Amino acid sequence: MKFALFTGCVAHGATRELMVSTKLAAQALGIEFVEMKSAACCGAGVVSEKSPLLADTLNARTIALAEAQGLDLVTICSTCQGQLKKTECHINGDEEYKKKINHLLSDGGHQYDGRKSRIKHFANILASEEGMRRLKERVVRPLKGLKCAAFYGCYVLRPSELSEFDDPDNPTALEDIFTALGATPVDYPSRTKCCGFPIVMMNKKASLEMAGNALLDAVESGADCVVTGCPLCHLNLDSYQPEIDKLLKKKYAIPILHLPQLVALALGHTPKELEMDKHIVSTTKVNRILASH
Amino acid sequence: MATFRIKRYNPEKQPEPYYEDFDLDIPKGATLLDCINLIKWTKDGSLSYRMSCRSAICGSCGMKANGHALLACQRQADSLLDKDGTVTIEPLGNMKPIKDLVVDFKPFWDKVNKVQPYLQTSAEAPVGKERTQSPEQFRLIDDTSTCIMCGNCYSDCNTLEVDDNFLGPAALAKAQRFVCDSRDEKTLERVTELSKPGGIWDCTHCAECVERCPKPAQPFHRIKEIMTVALEEGVHNNNGARHALSFTRSVKASGRLNENQLPVESMGYFNIKGLLELVPVGLRMLLKGKIPPIFHKSIDDVKDVKRIYKELNQ
Repeated sequence: MKFALFTGCVAHGATRELMVSTKLAAQALGIEFVEMKSAACCGAGVVSEKSPLLADTLNARTIALAEAQGLDLVTICSTCQGQLKKTECHINGDEEYKKKINHLLSDGGHQYDGRKSRIKHFANILASEEGMRRLKERVVRPLKGLKCAAFYGCYVLRPSELSEFDDPDNPTALEDIFTALGATPVDYPSRTKCCGFPIVMMNKKASLEMAGNALLDAVESGADCVVTGCPLCHLNLDSYQPEIDKLLKKKYAIPILHLPQLVALALGHTPKELEMDKHIVSTTKVNRILASH
Repeated sequence: MATFRIKRYNPEKQPEPYYEDFDLDIPKGATLLDCINLIKWTKDGSLSYRMSCRSAICGSCGMKANGHALLACQRQADSLLDKDGTVTIEPLGNMKPIKDLVVDFKPFWDKVNKVQPYLQTSAEAPVGKERTQSPEQFRLIDDTSTCIMCGNCYSDCNTLEVDDNFLGPAALAKAQRFVCDSRDEKTLERVTELSKPGGIWDCTHCAECVERCPKPAQPFHRIKEIMTVALEEGVHNNNGARHALSFTRSVKASGRLNENQLPVESMGYFNIKGLLELVPVGLRMLLKGKIPPIFHKSIDDVKDVKRIYKELNQ
């Protein structure tokens, strides 16, 4: 299994532990990632506020880079995944638009085809038949007793017409992965909701309340930790948790893990190797539960 | 036999809502509304809900099935059953229930009215004919004009769940209908108003509204269209616009997002209160070694990204 890896910006910035754990998880699963070092930011649905055509052109360029490598493209961020898929859906089926985009790309030596590379979130790879087979084969430390609440991230689910990830209302990819790792998935209504991150700069109170309600829901459903495939959700749920506590007058202290961290834990890596000590909310609860089984 | 678990509420008899189960054989091809009608006609005549056209035109029968808003007349009932053969029916969210599945739409309509949903122009009306548009001009507002005001988007909006002040997806979609109308002369005034707190920049991008919209109106896409117009019109003095501009500049400069610069520029360099708000989270991240590298690295071949920006005059 070999893929072009679109890391996104945040895995090289505020959530570097995501990059570290992605590499370790992929290595342990025998998945080869070729990092796309000349791919531009996906625009996070923000560049398209300024210019939808600019955002689509930059993302088409990224997809064209993967196509030129002859590889499927894998993302490790729900936001990146959503934006790239959106561009793909905008262009495919609209020949005029495709021509316009390719005209813009041609001077840089790129050509968008739209059929050569599939765009997949790492969770899609893991939840595929082959991914599941490898996971089950290579788990050396089943995550027995660990109750995990999935937090999908909006962009990967909605609009489902443009994301083509899973059932937007009843996704199962993350829960299937948890089960394969020996962990126990926790069902709770907020797992498909918004973390509030996109408006943390515009309406902080609403943003943190959104995150807080999701955390409370996870805690009340018995989760030991929340696991997300989106580093932006991670930022709001983890980095802002002390402020969320204050705002909602609660004390959650629920650890938030990146999906690759959870996977790599089951594949034998230590929390230290996965830089779980870098999280704002302590992850010792997770370590303790795993040690007790 | 299917079970319809319906959230009942009648404050005149009992202050708290409760769930009541109704068992029903779903007739072949019946919609959810057909089944609810059957329950009302054959099991409990006091069950209250709104309905009219039965053809997804009037927008009256919005309700929640299994936690998500839909038009009851637009979905086959058996497609909604869970593995135990049950479907849970509740009133639309983000509005106060009046009785059973009937909610109070007043805040919804107040917000629609707030965006001044009518054409504003000083041009004389042509005598004996309409104010016409070209097909290209109409295409910009075609999707929004399909909105049937069912309130499904409003019900499931993630921002509205935590902030009543938000205008909400339906009103903002209606606003786009006039912001992008070639005949309207109040574009700048409209986008200025819509850029204030509670407006376009409070949309959290969850796209629940797109998922729940039974028509092509799809409010989130319309909200983004207003954002683009607001930026083009130069309405930049707010965190949302500064955020979009800073983000776009950052990608132009290095091909990547500069995470250290973005929060500061979004708040605005002279917004002391806003900048101070960034300090606690910044310090926490610094202490944990989570602050993005101070020396921001560009992607390889950033020149090509700059070239694309230049070609698009961005």
